[in-house]
Amino acid sequence: MFEKALVGSKRYWTWVAFLLALTGIGAILYLWQLKVGLKITGMGRDVSWGFYIGNFTYLVGIAAGGVMVALPFYLHNYKAFGRIVVLGEFMAVAAVIMCLSFIIIDLGKPMRAFNVLFHPTPNSILFWDMVVLNVYLLLNIFVGWNALQAERNDVPPPTWVKVLAVFSVAWAPLIHIVTAFIYQGLPGRHYWLTAIMAPRFLASAFTSGPALLLVIALIIKRYTKFDPGEVAIQTIGKIVTYCIIINVAFFFFEVFTSFYSQIPGHMQHFKYLFFGLKGHGIMAPLMWISIIGMITASILLVIPGIRRNETTLALCCILVVISTWLDKGPGLMAGGFIPNPLHEIVEYWPTLPEALITLGVWALGFLILTVLYKIAISVHEEIEV
Amino acid sequence: MEVNRRQFLKSIGLFTILGIGGWSAFELLVPGQIEARYARKKEALRAKRWAMVIDMTKMDEEIAKKCIEACRRIHNIPDFYHPVDPKYKVDPKKARRWEIKWIWLEPFEHAFPDLEEKFMPESLKEKLFVVLCNNCDNPPCVRVCPTKATWKREDGIVMIDFHRCIGCRFCMAACPFGSRSFNWGDPRPYINYRNPEFPTREKGVVEKCNFCAERIDQGLLPACVEASNGAIAFGDILDPNSEVRRLLREHYTIRRKPHLGTEPQVYYIIM
Amino acid sequence: MYDGGKVIIGLIVLFIICTFPFFYNMGRAAKAPEPKLDTPAIKKLPEWERVCVQPTPWMRANHMRLIDQWRNWALREANREYIGFNGKRYTISLQNTCLNCHSNYDKFCDECHSYMGIKPYCWGCHLQKPKEWAKGELKEGR
Repeated sequence: MFEKALVGSKRYWTWVAFLLALTGIGAILYLWQLKVGLKITGMGRDVSWGFYIGNFTYLVGIAAGGVMVALPFYLHNYKAFGRIVVLGEFMAVAAVIMCLSFIIIDLGKPMRAFNVLFHPTPNSILFWDMVVLNVYLLLNIFVGWNALQAERNDVPPPTWVKVLAVFSVAWAPLIHIVTAFIYQGLPGRHYWLTAIMAPRFLASAFTSGPALLLVIALIIKRYTKFDPGEVAIQTIGKIVTYCIIINVAFFFFEVFTSFYSQIPGHMQHFKYLFFGLKGHGIMAPLMWISIIGMITASILLVIPGIRRNETTLALCCILVVISTWLDKGPGLMAGGFIPNPLHEIVEYWPTLPEALITLGVWALGFLILTVLYKIAISVHEEIEV
Repeated sequence: MEVNRRQFLKSIGLFTILGIGGWSAFELLVPGQIEARYARKKEALRAKRWAMVIDMTKMDEEIAKKCIEACRRIHNIPDFYHPVDPKYKVDPKKARRWEIKWIWLEPFEHAFPDLEEKFMPESLKEKLFVVLCNNCDNPPCVRVCPTKATWKREDGIVMIDFHRCIGCRFCMAACPFGSRSFNWGDPRPYINYRNPEFPTREKGVVEKCNFCAERIDQGLLPACVEASNGAIAFGDILDPNSEVRRLLREHYTIRRKPHLGTEPQVYYIIM
Repeated sequence: MYDGGKVIIGLIVLFIICTFPFFYNMGRAAKAPEPKLDTPAIKKLPEWERVCVQPTPWMRANHMRLIDQWRNWALREANREYIGFNGKRYTISLQNTCLNCHSNYDKFCDECHSYMGIKPYCWGCHLQKPKEWAKGELKEGR
């Protein structure tokens, strides 16, 4: 079915060329990073994970979020999701590839990446993260591709595809739980050392994943004949709504625990993020945009009228995506590392090369997404005929 | 048996991958072994569990700086604040970000963040404490390393194998004491003193104090202990007759963040 | 053949790319590697003492495995003494034992490695050229 991605309108090829250009810029800068080292980024001894790992964390959520359309369809036969399921699976593929790319480019010695396989270390969560992410990638590739192929040939998908699909639904929360475990088991980082990190990650994933999927599906509806269906769009809107409310609630639970207990070690990370400490407050504007954005999106999305209008629904979903990204990407990294274990404040901001490499990885992900979606949509257009 | 072209190509591809992959896996994972002709050096210092007692009453800033210098020289540690060649000069913010320190000085509020009291003795408040990797007995950094590039040796020292480290920096996130440094770039232009008997490190690997394991294995004490003029004691904490045990019996000592359960093995006599 | 012209041109281009190294170097013979053993440390030793930890043919075949195992024995097991083939004891250290005698890495180690196109990354950490360090000009390991 790959040949479907090789024919397209001028708009399609312009978009592909644009993404290729961004990816190319990122790739060239990454070659520079390989030569010179990670010093071209803004990371340092105190904030040793930054933009790359922040984006990785967010994208694992997007990848897991695809399960929110797969679960009703595969487990509960929710036929309304019939068309959008393949979009969810392909979005998961693109997101997981972005995650793996972010991990590789963040490594100090990427040529030694296979050491994780040669010297498996089950007590290390990073080892399990590698396992679950790669398995999830393979699951989604197999299930998505074969389901699409079966649909094209107008036959029901083979049983093993259905079995793997159910398995991938169970696996999806696992990838994000394992990613959360990377953070919530570290004794020296009190912003992360909380049992609610995994639930917070899941809530954030299950709102941002479907929200991004919804926005992309609406864009696709605008420019192609592919219409996921109004029921599907509305149901996804409801899922985004419930999960963004849960996400905001979890955030306030954390704030309550830290500030009601008045334990300085817990409070100071929130104080740094939202108000700055000792004159350092570069994250404050972003964090306020994030929380106000999330609350606003929650309130707006609860109103049925706003959800029914696809334009306002899309805008709210964009707000959800941006505010959850701020919270889970830069916010999570800065909050965890600042103040450092010695209670000193050393701030972090990504450098331009770091940002462009990140943009390159996002462009690569969107490129893969575009190609896969082009295939899926072309197959559907072929079926409709 | 009917085999269509597609199935044939698929099976050929699969068997080729299995064949090449299987053989490579075998070669990589089961490399040939050479004969095991090794021994522990006779003069190597042995212990069941190494520990350090730093007597801050005997330590002043001058001695501390000598200890830090000794470590820096012995291990070819770069100094980003004072490069020899002016063309490598970087602004202090970058130097702070790229800093590599195995042993350094911190005031009380940073070395023992939860113990600071508003009305504690001024001398203690202003004193600079020697901090280094505590070579914990229950190290979270070892728990998180995905390649076992960092591990706890039999005698308790937490080691790093610079050949295996992939530079993921998970150990840096896990350390509750901020003891680990990363080589963000090539450190060599910033190494002012060189010890030809110890390697430098490349960009992309994590490093930290290793209780001078290479010196211990040759029968020498750690460099900072030697330079400390008796302020730092080093010995086997599981040997009731060792110097460190004697000091622990006679003085009340504190450790950094003991409530986290990492069991740090650097004890401080503060007054 | 569908699109036959393009396919054949593509195949010819592939053939040229794949065989280019052979054509480019046709008629030239690369000089055989000649590792030099004339370092000051070796010259100081009497003839009969100029032996390595293992005989030369064994070293030629196995030095990579030896260095690899040395690292594990020294670092992971704290066993820093190696018993050579003639019973002599050596400190396990690339830098202080091997490079002690073979201090001319670029005329010894790199001779064969360059010929074979191998780039071990030892010298990023283990290379010692003090005068270049002091100038801050040391380039990274090959």
